[in-house]
Amino acid sequence: MSQKVLLSSKEIHIILHRLACQLIENHLDFKDTVLIGIQPRGKFLADRLIRILRDDYQVGDIPLGYLDITFYRDDFRRGEKPLEANKTQIDFLVEDKKVVFIDDVLYTGRSIRAALTAIQSFGRPAEIELLTLIDRRFSRHLPIQPDYRGRQVDAINKEKVRVMWKENEGEDVIYLVGN
Amino acid sequence: MSQLSVNHLLGIKYLNEADIQLIFETADHFKEVINRPIKKVPSLRDITIANLFFENSTRTKLSFELAEKRLSADVINFSAAQSSVKKGETLIDTVNNILSMKVDMVVMRHPNPGAGVFLSRHIGASIVNAGDGAHEHPTQALLDSYSIRERLGDVAGKNVVIVGDILHSRVALSNIFALKLQGANIKVCGPKTLIPKHIESLGVTVETDLRKALEWCDVANMLRVQNERMDISYFPSTREYTQQFGVNKNMLDTLDKEIVIMHPGPINRGVEITSDVADSKQAIILNQVENGVAVRMAVIYLLASKIKS
Repeated sequence: MSQKVLLSSKEIHIILHRLACQLIENHLDFKDTVLIGIQPRGKFLADRLIRILRDDYQVGDIPLGYLDITFYRDDFRRGEKPLEANKTQIDFLVEDKKVVFIDDVLYTGRSIRAALTAIQSFGRPAEIELLTLIDRRFSRHLPIQPDYRGRQVDAINKEKVRVMWKENEGEDVIYLVGN
Repeated sequence: MSQLSVNHLLGIKYLNEADIQLIFETADHFKEVINRPIKKVPSLRDITIANLFFENSTRTKLSFELAEKRLSADVINFSAAQSSVKKGETLIDTVNNILSMKVDMVVMRHPNPGAGVFLSRHIGASIVNAGDGAHEHPTQALLDSYSIRERLGDVAGKNVVIVGDILHSRVALSNIFALKLQGANIKVCGPKTLIPKHIESLGVTVETDLRKALEWCDVANMLRVQNERMDISYFPSTREYTQQFGVNKNMLDTLDKEIVIMHPGPINRGVEITSDVADSKQAIILNQVENGVAVRMAVIYLLASKIKS
């Protein structure tokens, strides 16, 4: 199994700041904006972005939620492994809010399709945007594209993108893992 | 995530501790779901479930039906009272006829102990036992333990007394199995005539003095006296039963700690517990009902994930 570094810690740092600035550019004071991290891995990215927005750009108090999409997936009973649920934590209604979905890797688009259905349980958002750190283009099964992307990657289907976070795995680094 | 070790939920007897923990963790997620503005997830939209009730039920049937609908399963209902069972059809024939309509899962309540086990040997669908005679009522025991865990943090090491008609109670037997698996200490309390012989072999102790039992316990699960299952008199009168085994507020107030009161319903107010006990903060009877939907969703979801598409 081979793996190469796709993004180093420094590159991730620069990209996260760029994404934070792009969010500010579109949402200014975030008055009607809520950020939703898609469980399980989008949570780390969402947490990090919230911290950067607060500490480096003085934009605090942005509502943040985590959305688990397990029960909305279209591959229940189709995979080898059973689907493991994670915690959904959304303590506010998204009615008439601008929602930004945050996930680390955009691949087939099926998770985001599920998230679009799942978020309806919390109200009718005014609009929904998608922010993703890694966009695996040419792999999409559905017509879903990110509004904010960290890095676009051409990876063949057998390859995997592994995103690691300092809080969880000890360092910020993204690998492309081959067979 | 691990899977359940079983393909059917026929009784707690067939589960292990990991199964129970898995069901509880899954139920935690569903409890969050049923408290959302829109309380429904699409997971089971390609699953059809038949609720076969060969015996009367209100809350269990409603709870199962709601759980199934909140998971987006298609549901068909069947009550023995309006069926061909009355015309002499056998259980296997009845169920096979229903399965021919492409049903994936059967939730069954039946007056005969072992009906679920018997059926599981002869048909292909997943079976959930919703009560078989005086044998087991596994989802009730799971939601009881889940409610204890929710209120007290853990089931292990807790002292639980089950009070009342142990002899005719499937709730008691399933609860004993479930609480044992999770490491609780169990006493049963009731008139000697309503406590089965050799019940100690299940690892429980018998106490005939209610006051002593309440002083010992953290949780008291009050069972209903099942008059409909009694062919002979097991105690002189309801009044005498209440005097000896009914719980009232005065009794609870004189204990040196606040114990948790549970009841699987339906309550006979003024018999096993008085109204002020049933409506007090110590009682988690309505929490049990809410948790029942979440726990049943978890059981159905986990069993459905084992059905091959």
